[in-house]
Amino acid sequence: MFEAIILILDATLRVSTPLVLAALAGLYAERSGIVDIGLEGKLLGSAFAAAAAASVFGSAWIGLVFGIMASVGLALIHGFACITHRGDHIVSGVAINTIVAGLTVTLGLDWFAQGGQTPALIGDQRFVPLTLPFADALADVPVIGLIYSELLSGHNILVYLAFALVPASVWLVYKTRFGLRLRAVGENPHAVDTAGINVAFLRYRAMIICGILCGIAGVYLSTAHNAGFLKDMSAGKGYIALAALIFGKWRPIPVMFACLLFGFLDAVAVRLQGVSLPGIGEVPVQAIEVLPYVLTILLLAGFIGKAVGPKAIGRPYVKERG
Amino acid sequence: MSQAKVPVWVNVALIPFINIMLAFLVSALIILSIGENPIEAASYLIYGAFGYEEGIGYTLYYTTNLIFTGLAVSIAFKAGIFNIGGEGQAYIGGLGVGLTCLAFDSTMPLYIMIPLCIIGGAVFGAAWAYIPAYLNAKRGSHVVITTIMFNFIASSLMVYLMVNWLKKEGSMSLRSREFEESAWLPYMHEILAPLGITIESSPLNGSFIWALICCVLIWILIWHTRWGYQLRTLGMSATAAVYAGIENGKVTIWVMLISGALAGFVGLNEIMGVNHSLLLNFTAGYGFAGIAVSLMGRNHPIGIVLAAILFGALYQGGSELAFEIPTITPEIVVVIQGLVILFSGALEHMCKDRVESLFIRKAA
Amino acid sequence: MTTPYAIELRNISKRFGAVQANKDICLKVTAGSIHGVIGENGAGKSTLMSIIYGFYEADSGDIEVGGEGVRIRTSEDAIRYGIGMVHQHFMLVENFTVLENIILGAEGGALLKGGIENARAELHRLEQEYSLDVDIDAVVEDLPVGLQQRVEILKALYRGAKVLILDEPTGVLTPQEADHLFRILKSLKEQGVTVIIITHKLREILASTDNVSVMRQGQMVADRVTAQTNKEELAELMVGKKVRLTVDKNEAKPTDVVLAAKDLSWFDEQGIERLKKVSLDLKAGEIVGVAGVSGNGQSELLSVLSGISPLSSGEIQFNGETINAKNSKNAQQMRDLKMAHVPEDRHKMGLVTGFEAYESAILGYHNSNAYNGKLLLDRQAMLDECNERMQKWDVRPPNPHLKTANFSGGNQQKIVIAREVEQNPDVLLIGQPTRGVDIGAIENIHEEIIKLRDAGKAILLVSVELDEIMALSDRIIVMLDGAIVGELNAKDADERTLGLMMANALNDEVKEGNQA
Repeated sequence: MFEAIILILDATLRVSTPLVLAALAGLYAERSGIVDIGLEGKLLGSAFAAAAAASVFGSAWIGLVFGIMASVGLALIHGFACITHRGDHIVSGVAINTIVAGLTVTLGLDWFAQGGQTPALIGDQRFVPLTLPFADALADVPVIGLIYSELLSGHNILVYLAFALVPASVWLVYKTRFGLRLRAVGENPHAVDTAGINVAFLRYRAMIICGILCGIAGVYLSTAHNAGFLKDMSAGKGYIALAALIFGKWRPIPVMFACLLFGFLDAVAVRLQGVSLPGIGEVPVQAIEVLPYVLTILLLAGFIGKAVGPKAIGRPYVKERG
Repeated sequence: MSQAKVPVWVNVALIPFINIMLAFLVSALIILSIGENPIEAASYLIYGAFGYEEGIGYTLYYTTNLIFTGLAVSIAFKAGIFNIGGEGQAYIGGLGVGLTCLAFDSTMPLYIMIPLCIIGGAVFGAAWAYIPAYLNAKRGSHVVITTIMFNFIASSLMVYLMVNWLKKEGSMSLRSREFEESAWLPYMHEILAPLGITIESSPLNGSFIWALICCVLIWILIWHTRWGYQLRTLGMSATAAVYAGIENGKVTIWVMLISGALAGFVGLNEIMGVNHSLLLNFTAGYGFAGIAVSLMGRNHPIGIVLAAILFGALYQGGSELAFEIPTITPEIVVVIQGLVILFSGALEHMCKDRVESLFIRKAA
Repeated sequence: MTTPYAIELRNISKRFGAVQANKDICLKVTAGSIHGVIGENGAGKSTLMSIIYGFYEADSGDIEVGGEGVRIRTSEDAIRYGIGMVHQHFMLVENFTVLENIILGAEGGALLKGGIENARAELHRLEQEYSLDVDIDAVVEDLPVGLQQRVEILKALYRGAKVLILDEPTGVLTPQEADHLFRILKSLKEQGVTVIIITHKLREILASTDNVSVMRQGQMVADRVTAQTNKEELAELMVGKKVRLTVDKNEAKPTDVVLAAKDLSWFDEQGIERLKKVSLDLKAGEIVGVAGVSGNGQSELLSVLSGISPLSSGEIQFNGETINAKNSKNAQQMRDLKMAHVPEDRHKMGLVTGFEAYESAILGYHNSNAYNGKLLLDRQAMLDECNERMQKWDVRPPNPHLKTANFSGGNQQKIVIAREVEQNPDVLLIGQPTRGVDIGAIENIHEEIIKLRDAGKAILLVSVELDEIMALSDRIIVMLDGAIVGELNAKDADERTLGLMMANALNDEVKEGNQA
């Protein structure tokens, strides 16, 4: 029983990783006042770029670089539309998601001729699980050994990175000058402008951070969690991350827990596949598929009521005329 | 304080034209980058869409779907709501049409089946929009996320229903039994033949007429009734709406219900008009394309019809293109849609301000 | 310093699209003085100040600070040259503390910790020097408006401002708080800070400035030494013609009570009580004015009476109906009962700026048979009526198809007032009727309100302009913190008494007076 729980928690960490990264990405964007529906597109785009590059160059690390570049590029397009041209944030996000959905398959077919997928990645083209020091030696120690060797050890580096970025974000957002300005510009960009700070530059920097984090998430999907890119492989994770962000009230640690909750329920659901529950019978596979989506809706509907986000979110900053 | 006026045609025709040209330009660059000739691609596209009678029929058949989803997104936009759930609402609306057909096709004649199916599609499509609408009105839940979630849920739900309930007995394919002929919506070539007009046969069917009727009805509703006044007020200023005694929550819900119903009519075209049975994945991205259509059509029914024809042409031409140049996937059409949304929607100010200032400078 | 001027502007011009906001402006501000810039709404004062503060860059012209020619392209430049600005709408991050707001932009390093320590010390010094007391660890949204303004001033001084610009500083203050502000400004002047006040309030200029410059329609039309001019001259310079500053009215002849409100209470979304057992009666043929600084429950009172917000508790008797928490009526239903409402914010509530004028003209009455057939809107009827009304109320331009946003403030207000008044209501609620309206049009609107009263309507007037309240009202009630703290006949009211009531300091001053 204990072992089963550990295994579920282990799976939780793996499944939550892209959510944590994407949700943190959304945090930076939204704290600066930009709504980012395009997390999904950035996830998908960077997954594709990473898998393609890893396949062509034979290294997951090169894949990481390309994945991040793709995601940052998309983030800058979103920034260009929203910040410089005062476009509607949601429309821009939908546009980017749509373009990426089509472009990944179009380019994929042209480059790899496998119907839009990338070739399956092997060996160095993937991020491999790392064994923490002494994990093997401690494996037999009761309780702690299992926790250390199964739960904590044996993940690939991106998982550790993702969870390390959470406290790092707490520090960046609350203890630095950049963080103060970031939080200010999402609440009252006029106050920031009159203090002599360039609002647009600040928001672009937030979008770049968003792009980097989303990029890592996408890279994880295609080179660590999976072994290659598949059409529409992000399957709504970008939106779920957004829901987790709202549920976590735009603060790094609650957001992380929200993502872990999703991951946990997903992991539990997978275990229930094919299992007969009393009174219900066999759980249909589609029910497990929709679980994250239903949970998202419950979160947005039930617990939060009206979550109050950064005050100036979604509104283009226009200097008022005298 | 006088302000020079920009001629109306600039906003209604010139700027959308520029936006779409930019989208095509970027698409051309993408086609170039995969080593194909964009001009050649464009010519196949145009030929496929308009070059022969059957092609035109196909184009208009796609247009029908896009009018429905374009209207659906538009009416919600006008009330200030972003309904991205068109894909799911169309899917479930189709389920409604299909279930109605399966239930009554052996007992009812065609002229009763048609209104029954219209109601079936509308009710199911509206029902699928109801929960996101309710949650948005009462709980402030982000309607964009909830409607997208419902799209995913619709997908899984349909598979479940198909596999476990609906598929034809003894068959392995994921399709219901074929409907009796009394539940087949006549094709346009069938409707026009007795009038002495012969056209090539194509999937274009009577739902096209219903789509045009819907355009007129929606136009009247939005612009010529007090309910339309209410939804336009809500879309422009939620605070003014409250001041005016408009119940914003209620308006949000009934607008979304109409929106869902309109998307549901895709089922009329696909299930009752073409496939004559219930199947999976017939929504094929029409829901999302509806967003591009409504943005390009500036949320006005005439603009929507024109934009729907354009995108219908892209779908049909895209099939032809993919056939002639196998290295270009049909997904290129999705890219073009996304670019149109980008230039007509998110970047609409980019060209608008510059072009308008050209006209103001001339006048001043 | 070879020049006596802290700031000198020469031929500053600025155009926004087709609008010439500033044309060839020349301005000389003597160092260590308090200089007023006065003008109507739209005269271009805010644009000019925005140029000095680097919000915009002038199209042409020169700026000299302390005798040195400078280019001010951004607020950062302005701050560097020692210019600070206190905006009309505060530029504060509401959920930050006072300290965080002050160091924003001047954090003193990439990590906050060090900067905060230094800031505390410096702020303490500033507070002592200028007697600007405020708790720097308080969260801004918890502070009263008067204190928030002090934070804005501290912000500017913290960055070493030698020239302080204040934009419409007393709009949100009680008369006593305004006096306190002027004392602070005098103390700043004594320390060598130059102060520029932008305002449209004649009384403030005369009370606190050394010199005044008048702007009209984008141009600087006059400079005066304050002691050598008066209200009438300044008003005339602002408008370009003689202006009547008072309203002629007869004695009111109030009759029956039309609306009786008893113990009205209302809680907002956060559960804070914004209306505390407010009771009042409105009589036909009477204007009741509600005085008080913005934010003391007046807006909520209007909201609850008009049906926009439902009552939490209490009762309203109106035209034979009883309205309370269980039997609430929305704004539409209140209109059916013959109540009309000119809201405080015409842009957000009273009009739909994106609609053409004739559509805004039926806002709230869109369900009426006058504009509807069985199913369809009767657009011709709407247009006919709009044309008629535009002629009657002299709305310019008289074009029903022009977008509401393109009318001037005064004309927009006329559209709203016409709409509400022409319904022939029994009760009219009016909030800030002349906000953002030119002096010339104010006269007009005041006359119409008096006419309504004489026609037997009951009118509730809410305004932050004490002059307006005193000029129009027959009875005045004062609100503070959601409750009515005073009521008197207009005859017995003067600014000082009202001001003390508004700050609930009436008893205190009486006590002080007794001790003196």
